[in-house]
Amino acid sequence: MIGVSVIALTIALALTLLRALMGPTLYDQVLAVNSFGTKTVLLLGMLGFFMGRPDFLDLAILYALINFVATIAVLKFVRYRSFQVTLVRKDRKKGEG
Amino acid sequence: MDLGTSLINVALLAMLFVVAVAIIRMRSLFAIVMLAGAYSLLSATWFVVLDAVDVAFTEAAVGAGISTALMLGAMLLTSRTAKSERAILGVVPFLVCVLTGAVLIYATIDLPALGDAASAANSHVGAQYLERVQADTGVPNVVTAVLASYRGFDTLGETCVIFAAGVAVVLLLGFGERSLSARSDKGRSRKESK
Repeated sequence: MIGVSVIALTIALALTLLRALMGPTLYDQVLAVNSFGTKTVLLLGMLGFFMGRPDFLDLAILYALINFVATIAVLKFVRYRSFQVTLVRKDRKKGEG
Repeated sequence: MDLGTSLINVALLAMLFVVAVAIIRMRSLFAIVMLAGAYSLLSATWFVVLDAVDVAFTEAAVGAGISTALMLGAMLLTSRTAKSERAILGVVPFLVCVLTGAVLIYATIDLPALGDAASAANSHVGAQYLERVQADTGVPNVVTAVLASYRGFDTLGETCVIFAAGVAVVLLLGFGERSLSARSDKGRSRKESK
């Protein structure tokens, strides 16, 4: 049962990778890499049970966090062209534009 | 190593290979950064399959997290695509690469097999650690036990050094409001010049 889901996840990973490689626009690629990370988290959780050592399930949590933070960073970069903009809107002395 | 695990290994390594070739072939730097993140997530998963969880932890945090952000920051300073250059087939570099690869593969023949009980790492002090780690520390992972318990003071010192280096870098570069006000004029003038 777990073996089947590992195989299914691996195929899903390969398909997502295909989209990340030949996605027509950049945003397809961003989305594909994000869902690639999510599937990696799932695969990591599955692998623990598949190999009989589910002790390292917390590693999957770390992956999920990193994936989330990286996606936020990428989107922030796309929107603002800088990491140093706070996401909370506040009045600045020098307004934009 | 049983069949299932080797199949997973083959699948992960094949995907790693495909991503690496794609990174070499692509010209859009943004896509390359995204793929590099995927690459390090994949290799971290592969490290987990090889039971090297601590390496996987570091790879995921540094490779997929920090270096993606760093690469994007570096991209701000350059153009968004790499220069397209005609592929020139250098015979000598190709030969050097093939030769180095062959030598490295030849060197792996001498390495002990994965988990070999008679290997040097497992037969001398390592065996002692493996026997006593549960009673001494109660930490399930031996590598973690050595790193954080047996040589805990060493790790503490390392952490202090790295923290000091990080603080120095932050002081030099400046983050937050200070660098924002310094950066905003520069960014605008660059945008106008385009």
